[in-house]
Amino acid sequence: MVLLTLLAAITIGIIRMRNLFAVVVLGGIYSFLMASVMIVLDAVDVAMTEAAVGAGISTVLMLGVLHLTKTQESKPKHTPLLPLFVAVATGAALVFGTFDLPPFGLADTPVNLHVAPYYLENSLRETLVANVVSSVLASYRGFDTLGETAVIFTAGIAVLLLLKGKRKLKPGPKRRRIGR
Amino acid sequence: MILAAASLAILVALTLGVIRALRGPTVFDRVLAANAIGTGAIMLLALIGFLAGRPEFLDIGILYALLNIIATLAVLKFFRYGDLSHPGGEEPGGP
Repeated sequence: MVLLTLLAAITIGIIRMRNLFAVVVLGGIYSFLMASVMIVLDAVDVAMTEAAVGAGISTVLMLGVLHLTKTQESKPKHTPLLPLFVAVATGAALVFGTFDLPPFGLADTPVNLHVAPYYLENSLRETLVANVVSSVLASYRGFDTLGETAVIFTAGIAVLLLLKGKRKLKPGPKRRRIGR
Repeated sequence: MILAAASLAILVALTLGVIRALRGPTVFDRVLAANAIGTGAIMLLALIGFLAGRPEFLDIGILYALLNIIATLAVLKFFRYGDLSHPGGEEPGGP
């Protein structure tokens, strides 16, 4: 509860802040708090991913982006009413969708009956991986994970190429100094 | 019991860190608050691990510590040189 309140406070702070540098720092804080919430919910693997991606890599990447753009956010040119309406409508639709969900943790829902028992019973014997989630990700859906990794690798190469081209266009002495 | 009390204390510390991060007048305050909150998250992770009887959470805490220091170093290096690929060493504004 306290953590969620802190998350809300950080989010409002991110929205109201005009200095993008501070926003990046607050984003890192948000990721750490979110990871703590995940730990409280007993999802340690998700928390680890959140911390690694959100607090580690994202902060560094955002700083790299900040190097290429301005550090002050410009004033919005249009009223926020239409985006607000779209966001509220989407949220309302999602909340409406949750009304049809079965109660949380019920044993005889389809999601708990179809393949999960098979994984729970046979994954250790078939894959010799102690963690069931890891066995599903890396063994049963190994090709899926391989494809995802290839996609992310390709995206990374593309971004690196784009940044390299940008560097050559902008010679060194014209580079701005930030934060002073 | 003592673990729960310690967790509550760490939650209070996290709250104070968030207040400083939101109000902090300079960027350094925010960076320091981010570092402190990361440390608080690590301690919370360890305490919850012991509360739930799974002390192997400590390994994940070590990973958090590494991430925390990488993020802080990246932010500070960017602040000093304005560029993450800067080799460092000399003062900014040099050749």
